[in-house]
Amino acid sequence: MPRLNSAAELENLRKEILLKRDPDKPCIAICGGAGCLGLGNDKVIRAFEEEIRKQSLESRVDIRATGCHGFCEKGPNVVIYPEEISYTEVSPADVPEIVSQTVVGKKVIDRLLYTDPNTGEKAVHQNDIPFYKNQMRHLMSNNSRIDPESIDDYLAFGGYAALSRALFEMGSAQALEEIKKANLRGRGGGGFPAGLKWETARNAPGEEKYVIVNGHEGEPGAFMDRAIFTGNPHCVLEGLIIGAYAIGSHQGFIYTRHDSPRLRKNIYTALAKAEEYGLLGENILGSGFNFNVEVHFDVGIFVSGESSALMRSIEGKNPEPRPKYIRTSVSGIWNKPSNLNNVETWANVAQIINKGADWYAGIGTEKSKGTKLLSLSGNICHTGVVEVPFGTTLREIVYDIGGGIPNGKKLKAVHFGGPMGGSVPEEFLDTPLDFDEMKKLGAPIGAGGMLVLDEDTNMVELTRFYLNFLTNESCGKCVPCREGIRQMLKIVTNISEGRGRKGDIELLEEIAEVAGAASLCSLGKTASDPLKGTLRYFRDEYEANIH
Amino acid sequence: MDKDTVEKILDKYRGDPGALIHVLMEIQEENHWLPKEILNEVGLQLGVPLSRVMQIATFYKTFSLTPKGRHEIHVCSGTSCHLRGSTHLVDKVRDLIGIRPGETDSDARFSLENGNCLGCCTLGPEIVIDGNHHARVTPDKADDVLKHYE
Repeated sequence: MPRLNSAAELENLRKEILLKRDPDKPCIAICGGAGCLGLGNDKVIRAFEEEIRKQSLESRVDIRATGCHGFCEKGPNVVIYPEEISYTEVSPADVPEIVSQTVVGKKVIDRLLYTDPNTGEKAVHQNDIPFYKNQMRHLMSNNSRIDPESIDDYLAFGGYAALSRALFEMGSAQALEEIKKANLRGRGGGGFPAGLKWETARNAPGEEKYVIVNGHEGEPGAFMDRAIFTGNPHCVLEGLIIGAYAIGSHQGFIYTRHDSPRLRKNIYTALAKAEEYGLLGENILGSGFNFNVEVHFDVGIFVSGESSALMRSIEGKNPEPRPKYIRTSVSGIWNKPSNLNNVETWANVAQIINKGADWYAGIGTEKSKGTKLLSLSGNICHTGVVEVPFGTTLREIVYDIGGGIPNGKKLKAVHFGGPMGGSVPEEFLDTPLDFDEMKKLGAPIGAGGMLVLDEDTNMVELTRFYLNFLTNESCGKCVPCREGIRQMLKIVTNISEGRGRKGDIELLEEIAEVAGAASLCSLGKTASDPLKGTLRYFRDEYEANIH
Repeated sequence: MDKDTVEKILDKYRGDPGALIHVLMEIQEENHWLPKEILNEVGLQLGVPLSRVMQIATFYKTFSLTPKGRHEIHVCSGTSCHLRGSTHLVDKVRDLIGIRPGETDSDARFSLENGNCLGCCTLGPEIVIDGNHHARVTPDKADDVLKHYE
C-alpha cells in the first residue's frame, strides 16, 4: 500500500475500497469481546471457518471476528450480514445449520433469535432487541461492522475523514474551537471539559508537548473502554491524532492494560497500518504535520491509572502520583505539557469534527453532552456494554435496557464509579444520567461502571469490599491515604461482622474527612466516597451493628 | 530462561532507562518470573541502578520474584464477581489444588492469584487460566475447568 499524500488521495482510496466491496456478499460477524471470549466464542469462530471450508464457500462468504457487540449476557453473539440477522447464545453445534439455512438459504432460524421474556416476541435484528433498541449507539454501532484489524474496514465507514477535515479545512485553532463548542467532557471520571484541557496544553510554554490515551481501566466493574479500544482502535487513534494537531504535539502515548492480548494486538496493528497509509508518522497526508505514538502498559496496579502516576510510569519510574499544584497539561511527562484523556473521550473526537459541534451539543443534557458508554453489571438481567445519551434516566437503563432485576428481587441501589464512587438508593431512580446531577447525589458517574444491586446486598459489606481493594492498591506514598484507608477498613470490617462499638461511625466520618482533604491524589481523596455515600443513604445498616 | 532470549529482549531497548517496565514485562511473560541474575543484567544493560530495578519489580503485582507453576490461575475478585459469590469459588479452588492465593504448589502445576477485575463482569464468577477466560464458573464447575490444565 503506497502512502497517502493528500486529502484527495484518501478519498480516492475510500472510493476504491467501497467499489471493490459487494454490499450483498454475506458476512458472518462473530463477537470477540471479553465476555464472549469467556463463553467460548473462539470455538464458534473455528466452527464457522471449518464449515465454510467444508461447504467450499470461502470466496462467497466473509467471516469477521469483531469487537464487543455489547450484549454480553446472551453471548456468543453472531450477526449475519447483509440481512443483519442477529443470533444469541450461539454454540459450535449451531454453526452448520446457520451456514446452510441462513447464510446460503437466507432463512431465519427461530430458536437462535433473542426472545423477549416478557412478551415472548422474537427479535430478528439487533435493533429489535430491547437491549439495543433503547440505546443510542454512536460509538459502539460500528463494532459489529468492522474487523478491528482492518484499516480498510474503518475507511469504508468514513474513517479518517475527520482527520483530513481538521488538517486541510479547519486548521488547529478551529479544530480546538469545535471541541470546546461541543462541550465534550472527559469520560475518565472527572468530567472536566476536554477542550479547555487541550487549550491549556496548547497555550503552555515549550515546544515539546505530549498527548496521552488513558486506557488503563483498572476500576473493577468497568469494561467499556476495552470494548471500544479493542473493537474499533482506529476510532480512538484518529481522535488522538486530531487532538495532537489541535494542541501542537508531535508525540503521543497509549497507556493500556497488558493482560488483554487482543487489545494489545489490535492497537499495534492499528498503529502499523495507520503509519503505512501515511495517517501517522512524518508528514501526515502530506500536510507537513508529524506525529508518532508509543505504547506503554500497566503491569498490574490500580493507582497507575491516575494521571500523574501514569505519566511517571511512562517515564519508566514507579507510578506514584505527585501533588497537582501545577496541572499535568502544563507540566507532565518529563515536565513537558501533557494532555491526557480517557479512551472514550478520544473516541468522541472524530464524530464531533465530522458532524459538527452543534450536532453533538444537541445530544444530552444542558451540561453533559453526547452519549456515555456504561458497563452494566451486577444483579441485572441484561449485562453488557451500553451506550445512552446523557439525560437517560437510571430507571430506563435498569429496566428498559437492562431488563430489570433477576429472580424477582427488588432493586436496592445503583452504584457508579467503582471503589471511588457511590451508591444511590432506589428512590432516586428517575435521576437523569448527568455528570453534575449524579455528583450532587454522591454517586459521580466515574468512568462508567454501573453496578446494579438487589435487595439482598449488604451495603456495609460492599463498602468493606471496596476499602479492602483500595488498601491493596494505594501506592503508599502519602500517609493519609495509606493509613487512613487501613483504619477505615478495620472499623468497617468490625461493623460488618457485628462488632461495631459506640463512636465508630463518628470516627469513620472523621478519618474520611481527613483522608479526603489531605491525600495527594484522587485515589486517597475519594477512597472514602463509597463509605460516605452508604453512610448518607444506608446509615441504619451501620447502626444496626453498633453494640 | 536462556541468555539468548534475554539478550533478544534487551537488544530492542539497550541504553534506554525509560524502557525498564517494558523489558521486565516481556521477561515476565516469557519466563513467568524474574530471577536475580536477569534483574542484574537488565539494570546493567539499560543503565538503571539495581535498586530502581528492584523498586519496579516489587511494586507491580504482575512481576514475580519467585518461580511460578506451569499454569497461572487468576480467580476474579472484582465487584461483580464478588457479588456473584467469587469468594466461594476461591475457597473451592483452594481446596481442589491445596494452595492459597499468592502460592505455587509443590509440583509447580498451579499458581493461584486473586485478580482485581479481569473484564468479564457481565458473566461472573470468572477464572482466567494462562490467559484463557472461563465465565460463569460456579464452585461446582471449578473442577471441570481445572482438569484441562495438567
